[in-house]
Amino acid sequence: MSLRTEPVTMNVGPIHPSTHGVFRMRVTFDGEEIVDVEPVIGYLHRGSEKLAEERTYTQVVTLTDRMDYVASMTNNQSYILSVEKLAGITPSPRGVWLRMIAAELQRIASHAVANGFLINDLGAWHTPLLYMLREREKILEMFEMLCGARITNSYLRPGGVFMDAPDQFWPALNRFLDEMPNRIDDIERLLTTNEIVLIRTQNVGVLKKDECLNASITGPVLRASGVDWDLRDKNPYDYYDQIEFSRPLGEIGDNHDRFLVRIFEMRESLKILRQCIENIEPGPVRPKEVPFLVRPPKGDSYVPIESPKGELGFYLVSDGGISPFRCHVRAPSLINLTLLREMVLGDKIADLFVTFGSIDVNMGEVDR
Amino acid sequence: MNTVLDSVVFKFIYCMLVSSDECANSFKIIGSGFISEKYAIIGFLITAFFLIFIIVNGALVGVLALIWGERRLVGRFQARLGPNRWGPWGIFTPVADAIKVMFKEDISPTLSDKFVFILAPILMVVPVLMIFAVIPFGEATFLTDLNVGVLFVLAITSTNTLSVLMAGWGSGNRYGIIGGLRAVAMLLSYEIPMALAAVGVILMAGSLSIIQVIESQVIPYAIFQPLGFLTFLIASTAELNRSPFDITEAESELIAGYMTEYSSMKFGLFYLGEFMATIASSAIIVCLFLGGWKGPEILPSHFWFMIKWILMICVFIWFRATFPRLRVDQIMELAWKGLFELTLINILSIAILMLIWPDPSITELWIMTGIKWIVFFVSLWIFGKLLGPKPLQKNGVARKIVLQK
Amino acid sequence: MTKCFSGEKICELIDEINPQSVVSTNSDSVHIQPESALSVFSELKNKENCQFNLLNSLTAVDYIDHFEMVYHLTSTIHNHSIVIKIICGEGRKEPKVSSVVNIWRGADLQEREVWDLMGITFENHPNLKRLLLWEEFPGHPLRKDYLR
Repeated sequence: MSLRTEPVTMNVGPIHPSTHGVFRMRVTFDGEEIVDVEPVIGYLHRGSEKLAEERTYTQVVTLTDRMDYVASMTNNQSYILSVEKLAGITPSPRGVWLRMIAAELQRIASHAVANGFLINDLGAWHTPLLYMLREREKILEMFEMLCGARITNSYLRPGGVFMDAPDQFWPALNRFLDEMPNRIDDIERLLTTNEIVLIRTQNVGVLKKDECLNASITGPVLRASGVDWDLRDKNPYDYYDQIEFSRPLGEIGDNHDRFLVRIFEMRESLKILRQCIENIEPGPVRPKEVPFLVRPPKGDSYVPIESPKGELGFYLVSDGGISPFRCHVRAPSLINLTLLREMVLGDKIADLFVTFGSIDVNMGEVDR
Repeated sequence: MNTVLDSVVFKFIYCMLVSSDECANSFKIIGSGFISEKYAIIGFLITAFFLIFIIVNGALVGVLALIWGERRLVGRFQARLGPNRWGPWGIFTPVADAIKVMFKEDISPTLSDKFVFILAPILMVVPVLMIFAVIPFGEATFLTDLNVGVLFVLAITSTNTLSVLMAGWGSGNRYGIIGGLRAVAMLLSYEIPMALAAVGVILMAGSLSIIQVIESQVIPYAIFQPLGFLTFLIASTAELNRSPFDITEAESELIAGYMTEYSSMKFGLFYLGEFMATIASSAIIVCLFLGGWKGPEILPSHFWFMIKWILMICVFIWFRATFPRLRVDQIMELAWKGLFELTLINILSIAILMLIWPDPSITELWIMTGIKWIVFFVSLWIFGKLLGPKPLQKNGVARKIVLQK
Repeated sequence: MTKCFSGEKICELIDEINPQSVVSTNSDSVHIQPESALSVFSELKNKENCQFNLLNSLTAVDYIDHFEMVYHLTSTIHNHSIVIKIICGEGRKEPKVSSVVNIWRGADLQEREVWDLMGITFENHPNLKRLLLWEEFPGHPLRKDYLR
């Protein structure tokens, strides 16, 4: 028996509990089934790229914080690396180690938020989310020790970081490193074998290897599809070449794989953090000779890094002045959305939000 | 009139008002009232209104307590404190909530069907209040003992469906319509396992009266027929629209589902109805499966009932704090492929056992319990294999995350 | 470590495909002709020793006297990367290049963004609409001559 049904078009967002910000989708349903999805973005567009053209190289750091506001440190890092390459600055070692520590802490925080909200999108009424946010809170407190800010850090400067870590930072970091593995185990016990989580996420929102690469999708989403592509390993920036870590790879590329890959990456980040603490040596955090007004020679630079969302790179063009002539952000959140439609077609309404959550986009970065 | 007078509380107040021989015999201390027996109906009505007043207000206070309790308890589940600003331990928070809800602007959308839109929240609350009429709060403390009590409860709870559909349709919002349609599909499906699970109890008790059901429980039915208890618990969670079956409001998908367009006290009534339904449902489960007011005689029967009742409510809160939501097709699958068959197995096994032991002694009852538990585990294992998540296989090996060195 | 090819190396690679394509060579990038861009890109993606299967980034720069498209390409198989630039259009008038969406799907949103903010038309793009700004927005804000 077939019912005569009629598709319904509905605007999901820009104000909606689980679009992670001001994301809007024009969704067409047939009953519970998704027939068409069209992402509509731009509600958080602040013109960061244009604003960067009117600020000095150091001032732009504050703009990068506000792009991916759950992973500001990695944004800083990507921008600073690009400036350093453009201006030919050699950073001081302690500064580099410190910013690696900051970046890896930020990766844990970002993945915690991503996984927490993914489970929240599954309808778990905030419990796993709050467990995740509790751990993130500790990281934010450490950031507060490092630079006085929790979210919009602006901690990095060309040549390193602007301030050495205070004395109370190291005990806090060590305590965090001791506690965190148990916390991740807790989350895994609660969620990874939870039957409801399994039936909701397995084989939903599958992304194939080739599709992923062709659509420039990077980061945990790409690794969950089974492609071994981590820029920290393949194209090491900072001192990642001195560090040993493994990359978790999924096999199928469904929502559950993406969830697991993030959990495993949190563990790997802890490993990296331990090695950073072993390697760090006293010294200046920023070379004295780097001026506050950086004047890079004419040219351009693009240094991609592995941010928690994927490949993040700043394409900077200099005309020899004190501010970038052109500053383009290769935003992983935006580009990872390319295949959203293909991922959810034919699924149920509920899966739309889970799949969207598992890509882990940040609207600040999508719209810039 | 006579069945109502079985209730001690009712009779007590009635006798304070009406003078009759029966009253004079029952309560020597207070004697008899001032209304002559000729106008006894007046005394009867006054008593009834007084008790209804108490029960309705008791339910409202219960809702406030539940809102507070749920928020505190969920707070603890989520490693935080919960509300603690208003009054000691934040117990006045729900009062503040209620005041806030009352003073909110009452919006009805232009596209809404006004009559249906306004009627829906009322329909949500009133039937739930009617359930309290048949709940015995302790030994001989009840409003009425209907001889079709269980049927009455099942019938009343199913009107919930109508209210949700009306709210979803009437608000003229697409989230609302989807929520309402989901509600109809889900609630109608879960009526069946719920009723069939209750059949197991009725078979054993041999009566539809809730008082009779409680009195027949030598071993609480939760222990005696775990399959029936489990299915009834799951089905009533679904009937209450609570997590993991909250697809009708589904915060992360449909914003608030059928309640999206409601504000002010209309929303308040939905909130009220939902929490009241939780309270009523817990009471029904306590009566049907946990032995009602029965318990060791260290404490009065009312206390036993309260303890079981609060524990049952806590179980619902616990569900809500831990489970992610199921998808709509999985919910239907669970109802029709899982619970429906499990309840049939339950009824069948009870019927066979009752054929073997028509009038069981205590030892025979325990043997029956043992058999029921075996049936419970075997059937759950089989259904878990059939319906549970299958670990995805690739080249014959269970899927795992590979760590690339 | 990803091998970044120098300009000469990229020039050699492209000369194997289409000798007339390269316009000029810099230290780390080459400029190619807009007309032959599409065939060069599709060969770069498929050729055995290139296999640039990942389009890292696609952007445009307004150099006041002309617009320039910048493509960063990486091969996850050989782990090497190149930078290719295209000067589009004559001067500032009607900058136009052909879309690479059919080669790399990842160019979809990035090309829409470039069209939105820089005003470069992509021929044969399946859905060339504004991405971040609304349809009625006047002008293209990342251009250097855009005022208010």
